Amino acid sequence: MADRIALTINGHPMETTAETSVASAVMQASGGVTRRSVTGEPRGPLCGMGVCFECRVTIDGVPHQRSCQTSCQPGMRVDSNPNFNASEASVTTLRSGSEMNADVLVVGAGPAGMAAACCAAEAGKRVVLIDDNPHAGGQIWRHDPAKAPSKHAATWIERMRRHPIEFMTTAQIIAAPAEGKMLAETAGGLVTLRFARMILACGARERFLPFPGWTLPGIFGAGGLQALVKSGFSVNERKVVVAGSGPLLLAVAAYLRKRGADVRLIAEQTRASLLRFGASLVWNQPSKLTEAISLRWQLRGISYRTAWPIRANGANCLESVTLTDGSRSWTEPCDALACGFGLVANLELPTLLGCAISNGAVQVDRWQQTSKPGIYAIGELTGVGGIDKALVEGQIAGWAAADQPNQAAAFLSERDQAARFVHLLDDTFALRQELRSLPDAETIVCRCEDVRFGRLSHFTSFRDAKLQTRCGMGSCQGRICGPAVQFLFGWSSDTIRPPILPTALANLADS
Amino acid sequence: MNGYDVAILGAGIVGAACARALATAGMRVIILDRAPIGSGATAAGMGHLVVLDDSDAQFALTRFSCQLWNELAPLLPTDCEHMHSGTLWVASDDEEMAAVRSKHTYYQERGVATEILDGKAIADAEPNLRPGMAGGLRVRDDGLVYPPCAARWFIEKAQEFGATLRLNADVVGIDNNAIQLADGSRVVCDKIVHATGTWTRHLFPQLPMRPKKGHLVITDRYPGFITHPIVELGYLKSAHGGQRASVAFNLQPRKTGQMLLGSSRQIDTETRAIEPHMLGRMIARALEFMPTLSRLSAIRTWTGFRAATPDSLPLIGPATDRPGQVLATGHEGLGITTSLATAELIVAHLTGRTPPIPLAPYLPSRFAEGGAHG
Repeated sequence: MADRIALTINGHPMETTAETSVASAVMQASGGVTRRSVTGEPRGPLCGMGVCFECRVTIDGVPHQRSCQTSCQPGMRVDSNPNFNASEASVTTLRSGSEMNADVLVVGAGPAGMAAACCAAEAGKRVVLIDDNPHAGGQIWRHDPAKAPSKHAATWIERMRRHPIEFMTTAQIIAAPAEGKMLAETAGGLVTLRFARMILACGARERFLPFPGWTLPGIFGAGGLQALVKSGFSVNERKVVVAGSGPLLLAVAAYLRKRGADVRLIAEQTRASLLRFGASLVWNQPSKLTEAISLRWQLRGISYRTAWPIRANGANCLESVTLTDGSRSWTEPCDALACGFGLVANLELPTLLGCAISNGAVQVDRWQQTSKPGIYAIGELTGVGGIDKALVEGQIAGWAAADQPNQAAAFLSERDQAARFVHLLDDTFALRQELRSLPDAETIVCRCEDVRFGRLSHFTSFRDAKLQTRCGMGSCQGRICGPAVQFLFGWSSDTIRPPILPTALANLADS
Repeated sequence: MNGYDVAILGAGIVGAACARALATAGMRVIILDRAPIGSGATAAGMGHLVVLDDSDAQFALTRFSCQLWNELAPLLPTDCEHMHSGTLWVASDDEEMAAVRSKHTYYQERGVATEILDGKAIADAEPNLRPGMAGGLRVRDDGLVYPPCAARWFIEKAQEFGATLRLNADVVGIDNNAIQLADGSRVVCDKIVHATGTWTRHLFPQLPMRPKKGHLVITDRYPGFITHPIVELGYLKSAHGGQRASVAFNLQPRKTGQMLLGSSRQIDTETRAIEPHMLGRMIARALEFMPTLSRLSAIRTWTGFRAATPDSLPLIGPATDRPGQVLATGHEGLGITTSLATAELIVAHLTGRTPPIPLAPYLPSRFAEGGAHG
């Protein structure tokens, strides 16, 4: 039985369990609302993984904290709708000045990063592994206090434990001030990381596409809702619609069902994808086919349709979602909509470092090395392809960065096979044209600054739209609206500058 | 009709203000830029509308321009985020308080409303300043604006009076009052106004103008954290004058509740990249004045280049040896403030009217051999 923790939310005492995220606790206390947008709309968490900034709250007097990335602590004071009071903001210098040195620095502790860290450590290198979550596992093996890790995940977690890997959790890289040097923000202050080689395993986030009503609390990413449930948000006996695109939808639906949700419908925007996808798997990835069959069994009785959401309905939170199959539309009452349209790589850090990027993926050589010597990229960064590709690329990069090319070479053919899955995913789950016409003039595209579709449609570049409307200029810095405007208007994002995540001013000051 | 009375190169705030003024005066105007409206130094600037007294000529131009901004303020659309904020000049010690008093006298004698604040009064005015400031000077009628939207609005006004806007227009050369563009087309016009900031050097390599790089940071939203633009009084001595890289405390509120933090100055660098050491020095300077900033979230940083002249005054008026071509550039860090006054001077010059303030101190000929000011 997990420990009980007492904290205060919006002035009211509340009890929760250890390892519950502040986001989940606030949603429970406030009917799903974590903040008011700049135009006063109620908002709840969307991504569940620290990207969207919709879950920002004031924690112990410090505003704009991402509650999904913060675990509840005894005595914590959380305010989800504060009037900012400057005098309450504590005056502490966060800069701790501590330093860590690594032969190999691995950024991201999902399967790719875990594998890379293990191999480099087994080769005798001093390895520092850094992740912004409280536990290893990334999104796909995200820690779940309610459930033991899968056998596959447990194998790698155990392998990590056997080596002296320095694992920094709840730590974000914010800047790369010089070659071989990174700044990380941690709970204990700012840490300077010095390294000889670096392996980037920053993973991916969900792609969100705007449609009328999509900003209502109760609408989450598909992986987003799963992450929030893992951190303590209850979906027990709630009616859930899972929608969007990609194999993630099935895994999420199965997970939510196990956790007591009444999954009403899985709506996949691509027609007959499962059939075609399954047939290709037989040829390409027999192991994945077994997975798919097992999933299908877990999802028995749940309606699976070729459809996509066209409108979410509700006054202050989600009440129902209207979907269409292209010829007919209908409305599905629900308490939650888990909706993501595939994944996009988290390219901010590789972009900041100047790594060559093409078609949304970091370009790498056969050893996973980027265009920047000594910097490697693995997993979703080099093409969204799931866990097998992540693990094998992680092992190649881990050995290669530790100057063990013979060890790395053993995985090359396996990698080439896993990489085919990238194209299979791309082809199978290509987004349909109709999704471009979902937003109406009033639909918000940039959730940070509440910029509506109607204000954006006449601009010719993201830069122009940013300057005139603030689209993409809020806390998330275009992480959510960037992929959306790329899909809607063909705009590409411009340059990345430090800090790559919002950080305390003191962390950027010269000491 | 074939051709324009005036072609304006540059859709930054200076070019945009010139376009509005010239079109309103009845001229046929075309505005050319290779990039979106207000996306150069205009996008990088803080948008502080400020009267400065570095020199009498600078005072005359900034003062006149701030009056124009205040007249215009009620007409500006909300996305221009105009604020009648005043400016708070902060003095750390007695020496700087002496400077406060002489600045006060100078402004008062010329009709600019100012008020001396002692240590207690400045703490009341901005409670987040560190305790123990000597005092400061509040300039009542300075303001703030969001420059890219102001530039766009100026151009919209010009278009209402018949002006033409052509973006993605890359100028490759000028001959006989025709502008050649990279796509092979030509724009025929009687006069050309160059309002292209530091880029003007590409067409006028002899101009005594250098880019001065600046870094800026914007914070998340903290409504009420400060209410005035706050600038250290040492700003002029620490940031404006010297040749070395320098920083000064300069913090400005925005209508959104965000804050813009500057400032830094560097010459002899043309890289756009953030330089962590300069950024770090600039923030460290701010924390000396306002330690409570330390926990606030910085969400974005950027750099920009000011077009700086040796005497810190802009280049406004006919280009020497280039008949029909007029400069409106070299505004250094004051382009947003002085855009409106610059536009009035350009209109007067091109229409033969008497300028509203003497043009002589800003004439490009002052730097020509044998020019008025050498």
